[in-house]
Amino acid sequence: MTDRQKTAVFTQAAETDKPNGPGAAAILAAGIGSAIFGLVTLASEVSGAIGRLLNFYDPVGPLSGKTTVGIIAWLIVWFVLARLWQKETVNMTSVNIAALMLLGVGFLLTFPPVWELFGG
Amino acid sequence: MEITTHDLLTVLHGMGFGALFMLAFSGAIVELYRLSAPGLPSAMSVREQSMLNFYLIAMVVLAWLTVFSGAYVIYPWYRAVPPAGITDLADYPRRLLLSSGKTSQWHNLGMEWKEHAAWLAPIAITMVAYVTMKYGRSIINHRKMRVGVLAFTVAAFVATGIAGAFGAFLSKYAPVRGGEVIILMGGGK
Repeated sequence: MTDRQKTAVFTQAAETDKPNGPGAAAILAAGIGSAIFGLVTLASEVSGAIGRLLNFYDPVGPLSGKTTVGIIAWLIVWFVLARLWQKETVNMTSVNIAALMLLGVGFLLTFPPVWELFGG
Repeated sequence: MEITTHDLLTVLHGMGFGALFMLAFSGAIVELYRLSAPGLPSAMSVREQSMLNFYLIAMVVLAWLTVFSGAYVIYPWYRAVPPAGITDLADYPRRLLLSSGKTSQWHNLGMEWKEHAAWLAPIAITMVAYVTMKYGRSIINHRKMRVGVLAFTVAAFVATGIAGAFGAFLSKYAPVRGGEVIILMGGGK
């Protein structure tokens, strides 16, 4: 059988084979993780105390803490959502909208002029 | 012909990892769009799926190598604090940029945005690779999921573009210098 012959065929059965929950969990977790990273970044920039708290490694400064906290939070959220939605089929439109809005928040809060709006 | 260790590692971070990661987006976006576009032949063979998986794994590795090398190797040199009384700030890029009103925004806007926005790219591309590999060829049956995956791929590209563009400009105005000198080739006059 050639590769072309092995090509997958769209069927309704295949559609129901794999629930969209694990994929949706990964997409939403990426959005939430981005937003958390943005929020931690904003908090560090507007508060000297939080900035010092996030200084996990002196040569890198607060960036070390922001990225560590952001990545760990993203992975935890992903793990929890993946467990919850392991066998679920969820509303993908809502997940996409929420994830992209949260990603937008992440982008916005990493933009330095936005920090100034909050006194950063 | 000489190069310093700081120069070499900066090139490895920017060109070896970052630029290669950015170049890879063209292939990833085209392939993921091909999977998403209505009306196009979107079914993939086993070999095509394996190639796409390998390609996306390589992108994930490059993305994380780029941000970690940037933050933990290059950035400490960039933000190094000069000893008191020093007047030549060439080896202290952050202080060099902040020493003049003509260049300070390259740090305050450029570097500050670059060092943070860049981290959104590996998060996004890791998700893209996971979902694409998890669903394999059956992803063609999840149209809305493919749209989400494609949107995050474009977002990762934008984040990489921001970081890469400012990285290039910052290297122009305040390059990271110093370290041991490596002689690559002897020359005549």
